[in-house]
Amino acid sequence: MRSATFALLLLLAAVPAHAGSDGQSYDQISRGRYLATLGDCAACHTVPGGPPYAGGRALETPFGTLLAPNLTPDRETGIGAWSDDEFIAAVREGQGRNGHLYPAMPYPYYTKMSRDDVLAIRDYLATLEPVTNKVVANQLPFPFSMRFTLSMWNGINFTSGRFQPVQGKSEEWNRGAYLVEGAGHCGACHTSKNFLGGDHTGSALEGGVLQGWFAPNITGDPHVGVGGWSADDIVAYLLTGHNRMSAATGPMAEVVTDQTSQMSPQDLQAIAVYLKDTGDQSNPAPTPIAASDPVMQKGQAVYIDQCTACHGAAGDGIPSLIPSLKGSSSIQSADTTSLRRIVMEGARSVATDPAPTGAAMPSFGWKLSREQIAAVLTYIRNSWGNSAAAVAP
Amino acid sequence: MSIPRRDLLAGAALSLIFSVTPAQARTIVGALPWEPDTATPPLPVKEGSWQFFTADEAAAVEAIVDRLIPPDPETPGGKEAGCAVFIDRQLAGSYGSARRLYMRPPFMDGTPEQGPQSPLTPAMRYRLGLAALDKHCRQAYGEKSFAQLTDEQKDKVLTGMQKGPITFAGTSATGLFEQLLTNTREGFFADPAYGGNRDMVGWKMIGFPGARYDYRDWIDRHNERFPLPPIGIGGIRA
Amino acid sequence: MTRRLPPTDAVIIGLGWTGSILAHELTGAGLNVVAIERGPWRDTATDFPTTYAQDELRYHVRHDLFLRPAQETMTVRNNGNQNALPMRSWGSFMPPNGVGGGGVHWNGQTWRFLPSDFQQRSHNIERYGKNFLPDDMTIQDWGITYDDIEPYYDRFEYLCGTSGIAGNLKGVLKDGGNLYEGPRSREYPTPGQKQPYGPTLFAKAAIELGYKPFPQPSGNLSQAYTNPLGVTLGPCTYCGFCEWFGCGNYSKASPQTTILPVLVRRPNFEARTQCEVLKINLDPSGKRATGVTYIDSNGGTWEQPAEIVLLCAFQLFNVQMLLWSGIGQPYNPSTNEGVIGRNYSYQVTSSVNAFFDEDKNFNPFISSGAIGTCVDDFNGDNFDHGKHGYIGGGYMGAVQTNGRPLQSTLTPKGTPAWGADWKKSVKQNYLHTYQTATHGGCCSYRDAYLDLDPTYNDAFGRKLLRITFDFHENELKMSQYMTDRLAEITQKMGPRHLEKNPRAGHYNSTIYQTTHTCGGAIMGDDPKTSAVNRYLQSWDVPNLFIPGASAFPQNAGYNPTNTVAALAFMSGDAIVNQYLKSPGPLVPA
Repeated sequence: MRSATFALLLLLAAVPAHAGSDGQSYDQISRGRYLATLGDCAACHTVPGGPPYAGGRALETPFGTLLAPNLTPDRETGIGAWSDDEFIAAVREGQGRNGHLYPAMPYPYYTKMSRDDVLAIRDYLATLEPVTNKVVANQLPFPFSMRFTLSMWNGINFTSGRFQPVQGKSEEWNRGAYLVEGAGHCGACHTSKNFLGGDHTGSALEGGVLQGWFAPNITGDPHVGVGGWSADDIVAYLLTGHNRMSAATGPMAEVVTDQTSQMSPQDLQAIAVYLKDTGDQSNPAPTPIAASDPVMQKGQAVYIDQCTACHGAAGDGIPSLIPSLKGSSSIQSADTTSLRRIVMEGARSVATDPAPTGAAMPSFGWKLSREQIAAVLTYIRNSWGNSAAAVAP
Repeated sequence: MSIPRRDLLAGAALSLIFSVTPAQARTIVGALPWEPDTATPPLPVKEGSWQFFTADEAAAVEAIVDRLIPPDPETPGGKEAGCAVFIDRQLAGSYGSARRLYMRPPFMDGTPEQGPQSPLTPAMRYRLGLAALDKHCRQAYGEKSFAQLTDEQKDKVLTGMQKGPITFAGTSATGLFEQLLTNTREGFFADPAYGGNRDMVGWKMIGFPGARYDYRDWIDRHNERFPLPPIGIGGIRA
Repeated sequence: MTRRLPPTDAVIIGLGWTGSILAHELTGAGLNVVAIERGPWRDTATDFPTTYAQDELRYHVRHDLFLRPAQETMTVRNNGNQNALPMRSWGSFMPPNGVGGGGVHWNGQTWRFLPSDFQQRSHNIERYGKNFLPDDMTIQDWGITYDDIEPYYDRFEYLCGTSGIAGNLKGVLKDGGNLYEGPRSREYPTPGQKQPYGPTLFAKAAIELGYKPFPQPSGNLSQAYTNPLGVTLGPCTYCGFCEWFGCGNYSKASPQTTILPVLVRRPNFEARTQCEVLKINLDPSGKRATGVTYIDSNGGTWEQPAEIVLLCAFQLFNVQMLLWSGIGQPYNPSTNEGVIGRNYSYQVTSSVNAFFDEDKNFNPFISSGAIGTCVDDFNGDNFDHGKHGYIGGGYMGAVQTNGRPLQSTLTPKGTPAWGADWKKSVKQNYLHTYQTATHGGCCSYRDAYLDLDPTYNDAFGRKLLRITFDFHENELKMSQYMTDRLAEITQKMGPRHLEKNPRAGHYNSTIYQTTHTCGGAIMGDDPKTSAVNRYLQSWDVPNLFIPGASAFPQNAGYNPTNTVAALAFMSGDAIVNQYLKSPGPLVPA
């Protein structure tokens, strides 16, 4: 609420109006603030603990480091001197004042946003305290440091264009699609990337690996996506970080804290409706590995000895405290990056005001051998109705 | 603090057993502090050279623990169970140096209800006591060390230390005996990570399932034998 | 050089149960609160995870979670004719350390005191006559009634999700619960724990003898529970590594599992750990606390000014801090004047060891800190003491908490302590041994008190606290009588051999007998005989509040935590709703 109060104060002190937008309207600024949350701009443009949107936060990409620019109204080091069109071009086309923007800025997603929405964000940003912070965004090594190469990247990986509602789908579905494919930029993590870092658009939202985590499939796939979740389950997860069988952890914890927990239940419901209608909703689960398999037997012994005290003999966890392994789509994912990481290092579930407990799983890497970990992961992936490929040590 | 993997050398690991996380004043605001991959488990004792005992002391202690807990056809004795190794590693660490205890002077004798008031740390007590024990055995049994005595002689010496009439000059024989008895039992029943209770023989002897954490399937099963083997903190079944 | 920090609204010394409860209450009222804790932050998955919490040597034998005597200890003597000597390692009790305090490693036994316990003096005099009480017995009424505190017992039980069966619901007695308890306004938040084999045999035996057994009220939850703060706890898994250990799966009520996740999210709360409060500072009049001075782990000293100071340390350290800070008149046992250190009391426990044939397998390792079946017929004034020559009592029951080998390999008396016979006896008896226990109260006396030791200092050069304490005839008679009654019940369980271990002789500081040290800054309605009023507000320094068992004028026959917490809630209520509106003494002196 602090920024909103500030916005009010600045309004009283003659904020310069922007052509074509209603920069003095509290409603507009509020809407812009909400949209900035939807886009999770702060996740990159605010250094944790630092002044809001003043930039300088480092982003590690597979190609090197980038620093997110200063979005405060400072005229020299921020975007105070930019025109509306320049701002819109940056957000939706990846066109900066001084050349192409790197797609770490998710313009391939934001391109779907409407002009009104983007300008509302601008109006909100204009109410922030101007901060002098000169950011040299481009910290990449040669040849990635050559911005002009991005025109080639864009040629392959970027299609500019506004969101087009799909005929025959409900308003709610289309709102969800607009949020997911646009400001929400979920595919930035949840869609796998080609070697250039562009999306595999053919497998959109079917999962992607980044920062050593596997962001799972969030399509309506019933086996490895959210097909088995109700819309209420999805809403609860995004709003509170927890639902009856799962908990957000790793990089998703920050997404919940900064972004989705701040969204309206209606928008979250729209996202849920949309997601459940994507992907291969009839994907049949494979046959589970038999319980008598030697690896399964070994895994069961490890599970009984090490895991049931929290996850339960039936693998069903404790709602809002301990995730359920039974029926878990992320447990059954083909990519086991997150699974291994969680077992080795432990993980903490996100704490939100409605679900503040924030229980954590301890690390097992020092305790279990590679064989034990592979066996127990194979076991949980193929028990209680789960089925997935075995995990190799 | 990242955790060394299981193949850490024993020497480096020792100092971490019982170590307190480095004390740093810490201000907590806004969120519960948490880091991934933190853990301070007991780092498993590795067999190898003695860390505290001299070879002679070790021989004496191995012989002692094997009388305090003798081997039998079903269960190994103290020596094979690793009790002497356990004691050695404990004495080499903060237990031996009594680092956690209040060891400020003045040291005055009090009532039994006031507890031990000796300035001797466990390490000192063993050092002084084992030397005195060796001297006693050589004097009483013709230049034999404790380890060289017959079982009957060993038991006689131990009983004499426990209840009298054996006394040592400059240190308490009963004190050493009680220390030995306590530490031997600890070595027999503590988690195998500490060097004793090898292969969980102590736990197997009595039917203690070890470091398990979930008995919900058993709470209602009254008067039934629990069938699963013991497990240690190291994550392996006996 | 001591540097001065910006002032805050309230500073809390010690972040255990009472510190966490009061920090939550006060931050909820909008106050800025700083809590200063001498020990480390403690977190379930980091510090006592299910991966290595099950370590008897480390936690039970080497006392890993407790305060180190090297950092702070006490001296002890039975009477004023002896030199007090330091407790160089712990025995009788285990002082806590770190965030969560004793709440991290307590058993979870969550009892309410009886209505008559709060009028210990007047009730017993009324029933038995003044001459029934020894002259040197200094028990007092608390200044509050059970009805006053009942809503706060309820609050703590619902905070924790305490598992139990009500025996008295608004005056209606209910079978299955404790028929002697004071009336409760509602049922327990979760059902009583399932019982393992031993307590079910005890229950049968007790019923045969005409008693009414019930499950011990437990902070090891019988099922998952979300408390009014929105924090969720899991179900206890009977791991048998409960008391003296941290709980690895969020199923034991502690500040960590009930309050801290919410408290820490509040922007107006700050915790500073590994910082030792050296003293509470007073203004020149001596009637107002200005804040505290503390030293951090780099050796830097700081002054933290505050409008309100809450002394929320463990009971012994509360009294010690008052003495160090020169607050209140220290008790003088010869003149019977002064209140700080007065009325120190403890807990009087005993046990019965029962050895059974091999047809009874108790699986003692399937247990938890507060599991068990009890009878309360010999507690408080629940029976006519007239013929027995003592007052007070305790509960008794099958409350075996663990099967950990170093602690729970009992052998019959006469078994050699070592050798082949010892080994054989341990093997034969381990699964077939059962220990029952009594948990008796303790009256206060002229000659049982706390003060500062003249000889020994701590690591900072401050005088250690001196405990002068011994059992009196009242307590020893009580223990003998209760142990005999317990033995009768235990005998009916069918052992082949039974041994009684009543508390006898002198108070021995080397034998563990609970960490329920009480008194020294007691509550009451008269400043001449108490240190704090009914809201735990210091009579001497009205902006200082002192929760904890230090407020108990004497100890009842129950574990203290529920009463400690309830009093803290009551105090918090008064601070928020009365004191903040009108700072000053809340009760006319």
